[in-house]
Amino acid sequence: MSLGELAPVCVAIVGSGPAGLYAAAELLKREARVHVEMYDRLPTPGGLVRSGVSPDHADRRKMTAVYERLILGSGRFRFHGNVEVGTHVSQEELRRHHSAVIYACGASADRRLGIPGEDLPGSHAATEFVGWYNAHPDFADRHFDLSCERAVIIGNGNVALDVARMLLLGHEYLRSTDVADHALSALAESAVRELVVLGRRGPTQASFTVPELLELKQLGDVQVVIDSGDDLHQEDVDPQAGGGMRALRQRILAELGQAHDGDGRPKRLTLKFLTSPVAILGQERVEGIRVVRNRLSVDVAGAVRAEATSNCEDIACGLVLRSVGYFGRPIPGMPFDAASGVMPNRAGRVVADGHCLNGSYVVGWLKRGPSGVIGTNKVCAQETVTALLEDLVFGRLAPPASDLNAFDALLSKRSPQRMDYRAWNVVDRHERAAGLRQGRPRVRLSRVTEMFHITR
Amino acid sequence: MAYVIIGTCVNDAACVPVCPVDCIYPRPGDADFATADMLFIDPDECVNCNACAEACPVGAVLPEQNLPPHLSRYKDINAEFARGVKA
Repeated sequence: MSLGELAPVCVAIVGSGPAGLYAAAELLKREARVHVEMYDRLPTPGGLVRSGVSPDHADRRKMTAVYERLILGSGRFRFHGNVEVGTHVSQEELRRHHSAVIYACGASADRRLGIPGEDLPGSHAATEFVGWYNAHPDFADRHFDLSCERAVIIGNGNVALDVARMLLLGHEYLRSTDVADHALSALAESAVRELVVLGRRGPTQASFTVPELLELKQLGDVQVVIDSGDDLHQEDVDPQAGGGMRALRQRILAELGQAHDGDGRPKRLTLKFLTSPVAILGQERVEGIRVVRNRLSVDVAGAVRAEATSNCEDIACGLVLRSVGYFGRPIPGMPFDAASGVMPNRAGRVVADGHCLNGSYVVGWLKRGPSGVIGTNKVCAQETVTALLEDLVFGRLAPPASDLNAFDALLSKRSPQRMDYRAWNVVDRHERAAGLRQGRPRVRLSRVTEMFHITR
Repeated sequence: MAYVIIGTCVNDAACVPVCPVDCIYPRPGDADFATADMLFIDPDECVNCNACAEACPVGAVLPEQNLPPHLSRYKDINAEFARGVKA
């Protein structure tokens, strides 16, 4: 073996959310020659663990610290926050200075409903609301009018329930969490007392998980109402409806609906199934939503579909949050499948015109679409890293044309304010110290200028 | 007595390879791993070694006797699904 074969292999990872962190940990564990340079367009690492995970689920945020420690312990890792690939540096430049690039950019766009009134003031993507209460710098200046009594959330996934809990938990509880300060004061003034969560299919098809459903039982001052429509024979339609985890979800839903008859609880959460939005109503701003009742049918492929009936209804409300899924964003200069919102790939190798692009890889939501939980990205990252290391062993990775020092110089010119891991530690300690004084896990900074100010 | 996984679980599965008696389900590679809401410990097989609790990056594994009342239901859920997944 020549010395050349032992030369360090420099891998760029674009994105520092769970997928990027799992990929870095896996690479550094499996191949001692690999150095990882991680870039993020935000100054702070963590992706959706920081800006997506709900403040009442702060334990799940611990995941990043564990993997960050593992990665840092390798001594072969650097973090570069506040560097946007495609803006500060091109894909070309990134490729020229690294042996391989792994795209871990997630799926930060939101799906739209495509119905009239969607852009009225008071109608928002749930992802914006989530970013706002989680101190994401892009959403820190957003305003959500919470002066109405009733809000409608469209969608039947865990994000819909996260948003519902944030609107219902109340100030006493929220002030012990790491919710953004601007959201804490806005939610304290909130007049919202009633939430209606719309699902186009039945309770059996909803993608709420068991833990999220069980949490609804803990909302002491909230009456939960289950409106399952008139579909009483879901098992006949959906043969998979009967078993295992789905059955447990049904059991918990049934318990939620039967738990109490209101008994004076001041807030109400209605899970309204077999209902689709038709139009968001209002002149100057949202005044209501028109919905249609659905019935279930099974298509030729065996998938359970919602079919609209002629039965419509208007629900008065002042706020509509659509939570019908995240969607990938195209990465400038890289292939993108606009229909599915992912970077086309084979087991993690990026594919363009039917061929694998040597040295380009993808992981996480940008690879497989926005589904699964945090840990789903670990298996996903293992697959991508296996592909990369195979290419390394078979000599398919070209050594970089130019070294990292040249790239550092370029970065200093293009993005003068960068957050390295040491600086992030300063921000992290600052946030946690502020939290300690208030009895909260942390008090989060939501402005990039503030973050750089305290690292000076 | 056994260890119990609670709803904080993120399916990271760091607990699976450290378990000396392989009593945590589903495992990465199992058909239902990708769609599982969380992972479960079989209370009949668990030997109370604490390895899973140490490995968990989010603190989602607790000894049964330390389960707070509002999470007590996870004891039955673990038992039901660890068996269900195996069968």
